[in-house]
Amino acid sequence: MTLAIKAAGLTKSFGDVVALNGIDIEVEQGTVLGLLGPNGSGKTTIVRILATLLKADSGVASVAGFDVVTQPDEVRSVIGLTGQYAAVDEYLTGRENLELFARLFHLSKIDAKKRADQLLDRFDLSDAADRGIKGYSGGMRRRLDLAASLIGRPNVLFLDEPTTGLDPRSRQGMWEVIEDLVADGTTVLLTTQYLEEADQLANKIVVLNHGEVIAKGTSDELKSQVGGDRIELVVGAASDLPSAAGLLREFGSGPATTEPEIRTLLLPVSGGSSAIVDVVRKLDENKINIADIALRRPTLDDVFLSLTGHAAEDKTETAGAPKGRRGRKARR
Amino acid sequence: MSAVTETSLNLQAAPRPKLGWLITDSMSVSRRHLLKITRVPESLFFALIQPVMFVLLFAFVFGGAINVGPGGAQAYREYLIPGILAQTVMFAVAGITVGITEDAGKGIMDRFRSLPMRPGAVLAGHTLASLLQNTLVIGILSVTGLAIGWRIHGTFGEAALAYLMFAMFAYAITWVGAWIGLHMPNSEVAGTAGLAWIFPFTFASNIFTPVATMPGWLQPFVLWNPVSCLALAGRTLFHNPVPMLGHSFPERYPVELSFGYAILLLAIFAPLAVRAFKNRNA
Repeated sequence: MTLAIKAAGLTKSFGDVVALNGIDIEVEQGTVLGLLGPNGSGKTTIVRILATLLKADSGVASVAGFDVVTQPDEVRSVIGLTGQYAAVDEYLTGRENLELFARLFHLSKIDAKKRADQLLDRFDLSDAADRGIKGYSGGMRRRLDLAASLIGRPNVLFLDEPTTGLDPRSRQGMWEVIEDLVADGTTVLLTTQYLEEADQLANKIVVLNHGEVIAKGTSDELKSQVGGDRIELVVGAASDLPSAAGLLREFGSGPATTEPEIRTLLLPVSGGSSAIVDVVRKLDENKINIADIALRRPTLDDVFLSLTGHAAEDKTETAGAPKGRRGRKARR
Repeated sequence: MSAVTETSLNLQAAPRPKLGWLITDSMSVSRRHLLKITRVPESLFFALIQPVMFVLLFAFVFGGAINVGPGGAQAYREYLIPGILAQTVMFAVAGITVGITEDAGKGIMDRFRSLPMRPGAVLAGHTLASLLQNTLVIGILSVTGLAIGWRIHGTFGEAALAYLMFAMFAYAITWVGAWIGLHMPNSEVAGTAGLAWIFPFTFASNIFTPVATMPGWLQPFVLWNPVSCLALAGRTLFHNPVPMLGHSFPERYPVELSFGYAILLLAIFAPLAVRAFKNRNA
């Protein structure tokens, strides 16, 4: 396996604040690595170092075989970068922006025009191509920004929180684009604070907290660290919870936990869907009303909680984030 | 996202020497800024209106109180215009400071820095666009001056040298603005800081009033102030009134000194700014 990204022992401090405290990362060619962590965990700092925008205090890193410190020009000619802010000129049109970046990528005038047309078409921006960016929606800006980062058909693409602030539909659209790129063989390093996003897109996930890697593996590997499936049961009346917990003890692979405010009981199980049948039957026999029941695989939220003792996301940043422990059913 | 078969384009850059890329990249960046001027013509309008306002204010309101020797009001108008040209060149610097800080805050600077372009081109292109805008402002200002009675009495060669000097100084000083812009936390601060350092240089100078009217302790600063030299050099080359204080070096060699200042500023601040650009956040 060829490594598209290789970083070892990266450290970086900003004044007294340690942003990175010895990071090792390896990404195989053609795969997606998700860097997952809350704000301030060091995700963006890693991307900026790998994209030659920032120098690490120590450690080495290479992208597509080129050293990020000694061969920055070579690195820049094989990467694409989409940051948290749409990095385009507000006053120019979509087409003018793409042509500008294509020219700065050293395409000829004619090729720059052609490449801009291709990308506008591919990202459904042809109709808006000759309008100023000021009039673009958030989703359109983000698409244009991604288009700009694809001008040189990069082998390695850095996506720093590519869907932060997007509505669910635009987010879905962005995911499809990223999946297409990966299908074409692009290596992607993706940072996100949305667990669902890493789950959806990444082959491997590195979980960061306070500038350190606290876990790595596939989504499934991380989930298995917090145990197997769980039954999530909502009863008709909170007063039924203690008796339900007693009745279901025999089916659980561990102790049940209850959350009376939301009339919910969580029961770790090993039997999968057969366990759910047993539970329904038992409760029905005992006349306990079931409002909702689901078999739930652990989410990356659970992983983060069990690794760090606190939730992954800070409250202020997640208004509108389409996730949450409740309401997510097992997807696979 | 429609699936489009991408016809094969040559995405490999043709080999070219680094200096060649610096020039083409700078042209691309400067085209961006010129396009921007056409999209926000207000910015150009106010860049023009401000110096014209100063001309009218000093020619018709304050000018009567300022004595530059024989000739009265007409002499003062001739004295004033080269001064206003120097002032305009200085004030234009604030614009690039804000522009650079804005770019840095918006992430487009990161995009530039992640491209295989020559790093110096981002600043070279921006300063070049700024020079073109300045040239236009200087032109309009000169026409305004002619309209209110300013005259060029020297030869064509002297006048051409004067305009070359203003343009060269204007270009050099924008690099100072660029360098400052790279160190500002946001565009609000850049707007204030970008002007703050300009004021003492612009007003503690001979552009509106003769040096002789100022207190003795201030005169050496005013005489050596690059803005004074520039204004004095302009007056000398246009053969406008030049009330002399004495025979100090800056009064005897204003043209040479102005070119010297421009070269010095460029030699110091262009490398500093490019280095600051490369090492941003590093």
